[in-house]
Parts: sequence; structure tokens; C-alpha cells
Amino acid sequence: MQFLIALHINPAVLDALTDEEKAALGQGHGAFIEGLKASGELIVTQALADPSQAAVVSVRNGQPVVTDGPFLESKEYLGGFYLIDCENKARAIELAAQIPDAAINGLGVEVRQVMFSDGQLEA
Amino acid sequence: MTGPTVEDLLRELTPQVLGALVRRQGHFEGCEDAVQEAVLAAAVQWPDSGVPENPRGWLVTVASRRLIDQIRSDHARRERESATAFEAAADDVPGTDDTLVLLFLCCHPTLTPASQTALTLRAVGGLTTAEIARAFLVPEATMAARISRAKQQIRAAGRSFSLPAGAEREERLGVVLHVLYLIFNEGYTASSGRELDRVDLAQEAIRLARMVHAQLPEDGEVTGLLALMLLTHARREARTTAAGDLVPLDEQDRARWDRTLIDEGTGLAKASLAGPALGPYQLQAAIAATHADAVSAAATNWRQVHALYLILERIAPNPMVTLNRAVALAETEGPQAGLALLSTLDGDERVAGHYRLLSVRAHLLEQAGDPAGAYALYRRAAKSTASLAEQRYLESRARRVRPGSNR
Repeated sequence: MQFLIALHINPAVLDALTDEEKAALGQGHGAFIEGLKASGELIVTQALADPSQAAVVSVRNGQPVVTDGPFLESKEYLGGFYLIDCENKARAIELAAQIPDAAINGLGVEVRQVMFSDGQLEA
Repeated sequence: MTGPTVEDLLRELTPQVLGALVRRQGHFEGCEDAVQEAVLAAAVQWPDSGVPENPRGWLVTVASRRLIDQIRSDHARRERESATAFEAAADDVPGTDDTLVLLFLCCHPTLTPASQTALTLRAVGGLTTAEIARAFLVPEATMAARISRAKQQIRAAGRSFSLPAGAEREERLGVVLHVLYLIFNEGYTASSGRELDRVDLAQEAIRLARMVHAQLPEDGEVTGLLALMLLTHARREARTTAAGDLVPLDEQDRARWDRTLIDEGTGLAKASLAGPALGPYQLQAAIAATHADAVSAAATNWRQVHALYLILERIAPNPMVTLNRAVALAETEGPQAGLALLSTLDGDERVAGHYRLLSVRAHLLEQAGDPAGAYALYRRAAKSTASLAEQRYLESRARRVRPGSNR
């Protein structure tokens, strides 16, 4: 089964971390990625650029309209994700709990099952 | 076309060659790599040069050399294998089949089911990592890591290359059969459309089950599992529309069921029931055979189906079995009886909120003349499944009973 583990981040929460805490966060993700790679459960992981760089695109009367900034007016943004292939939902949750964000108040780790895939599988 | 023939031969020989090599050398991990290389060499050479007189001996010899090369030197020695037929190694006993031992090894209980299935398909099924990855819709690197981890775990487990005995053998055979069952099911669930370059996992599971059955023809559960696969596979063409939509059992065009598979499966199911013990696969095969026997859903012997589910429920209690029994019960005693049985599952967290429970209840409410209740449950069921095909089916059911619709 494939799951997307979405990492919802709050820039204010991240900024408030000490340097040591930030370093530990990075190392935690590094170790998590290595573990997932070794077990053959990682499909891909990506981290996204800051939401201030986002552009929201809509088409009105056939014309594209571009607005700078994120779509959601929220303190939290999608910061990145892990796409994994694992045994079942229980395992996905077990893995999600290993992500350092899960232990930090104000950061969200959300597990969603994948329903349709195409395109990236010939890697 | 010699291509498919060579390929079939190689796939059949792979586990035998690997078994022979592991028996002689120990060292499963290295042997597995060496055999893959030998098979690759054969796949390239045999279509041109012809199949050697003793193909199994050729593969054992080439794989042994690869293994020795690997062991002797870390620098890959790019020694090309000549196309001449090698003599079989002296200690290679033709006809000895280690396939079963190998299968037990690949389905080692310390591995996760995902690792067991991947390793089984590669080491026993003779599929390449790329083929397995495509079949499971994951990148090749992901599957390669999974297989490599599985091989390391087997080495760490340090088991000797022999069949387990006594009670352990029974238990381990249960794991092997479960792995084959998982591979078979994956063949149905993972494929939304049928892509030409993807290995048919259902066919592959049947091939592997035939191999086990050939080795253990007296085992009722092995026979039962093969029968269940054949009887399920027989409905394949009728199971979906050309557009890929699911067709439920009661609406399938039974003329499109494969009679050859049904005859073989029914024969095996009957034979398995004649044995001393009765297991879950035998019972499920017997249920599938009962359906196969009926010319229409209405003509089905539902009493027999219900009785078989009742026995299955006793020997292998599982809410999904109770769920299926409720369907059969509704056919014989009416929808209210089915609904009453379903209500016993409400407190069971293994199925609470599961789309199958929701959809069966919706179906029974529909039969009981409660379209509004059925509509709400079909909608909830559609939201609860991660299968697009199931979702489309459940939404079509919901549309059919929607209050205010003219049907």
C-alpha cells in the first residue's frame, strides 16, 4: 500500500527552534530517509521551497490569473512529503511516528493513502 | 517464436538451479545474484545458439562460476561466458527439486509479507527486480532495496537449507501458502487496467501454486489453494467491463467464465475435501466451486454456500467471513436475517467503518426496501475505499437507489 506522509510546517514554530534543535531535526530526517531506503519502503521524498515563493494560478474567462503567495491563509503550510510503499496503514503510522516533526508541537504529520498513481514509477 | 519458450524454461529452472547451488554452497545471498546473472546470460545466448542439451546443468555451472568469481575477487572479472554447453557438475543430481526448500526459505517468518512476496517472485518465480517493481507499481530502486534487505535477513536468520519438520513444517507451509495467496490477490487489486508490460501476478501465483502442488499433492490446503485460485481466475473476464468497471458476482455473464479452469478447479476442490483435515483454503475453494456450479445467481445453492461459510467461521473466525455469511444468509432467509447477523459485527474494530461492511449493509438495506438508508451507506462506503474501481462501483450503486431517482 502506498501512503503520502504530508509534513505540515509552521514557519513561526520552526524559527523558534534553537540551532541545536534545528540540527537535530535535519539529522532526524536524514536517519529516517536512510532507514526507509534500506527497508525498501521509500518511493520518493521532497521538501518544498518556502510558501512565500508560491504562485496560485486560476483561469477566469479563459485567461490565467496568477497571485503570488500560498492559496491557504493559514499559519501552517505543506512543507514536504514522504511517499512510501509499506505493509498497511498501521505500518505507515508507525513510520510517521519516527519523523522528528511528530514530536514538535505546532508541526503536523499527516498520513494519507494513495488511490491513484501514474508517471513516476519507471524510475 | 523461441522467445517465450526459452523464457518459460528459464523461469521453471531458476528455483531448481538456485536450490542446487544453495544446497552446495550455502550463502543464499551470493547464490541468488549468481543465478540471476546466469539466467540473464542464458536469456541472451540461448535464443541464438540454441538451448543446450542439459540446460539445468549449464545454468548450475555458469552460476557456480559466477559465484566463485564473486568470492575470489572483488573486482568484477568481466569474463564472458562462451556459448558452448558446459557439462553438468559431477555432484549435480538431475531431477532433484529443491524448489520447495527454496520457497520455505523465501517465506521465512522473520520477513514481512512484502519482503516474502518480493523474494519469492525473484528467487522462485525467476522474475527480475524490474518486473516485480512494475507489478507492484513501485520504483525499481525501492524493490531492489526490499529484496536486498530480505536476503540479508535470511542470512542473519542462518537457517540450514532443508525442509523444516513436524509442527514447524505445518506452520511454515501456512506462511508459504499465505504468500502465494497474497501474490494472487495483488494480481487483482493492483491492476486497474491491464498493461502489456506488466507481469500477471495472478498467473504467476497459479504457476507457483502448481509447483507446490506437484511437490505436495496429498496436502489438502495446497490443493485447496490451487483450486481457489483457478476458480477465482476463471471469472476474470466477466469480472470487469471493457471500461474497467467492476461487475459483481450476481451480474456477471457466466458464459464468459472459463470452463476449463472451472473444471480443473472443481476437480481439485472435490479431491481436497476428501482428505482427513479441512482448512480455510479448501472451504473457500468449495464455496467458489458452488458458485461455479450455478447457471445464475438465483440458481445458486445458497444453503450450501451458507453452510460452508459457517464451517469456515468456526475453524478460522474472521469478520470478513461473517460478512460473506450474512450475504448467503440473506439469500436463504431474507435481508433482515442478513442485517441481524451484520449487526453482530458493529463492535468489531477490525471491520467497523470498513467499506465492505458498509457496502454489504447497503446492499441488504436495498433488498429490504430501504433505498434512503442504502443510498447513505453506499456513499459512505465509496468514501471509505482506496480502490478507484470499488469507488466507481459503489457510486453507481448509490445513484441507482438515490431517493427521487426514477428507478
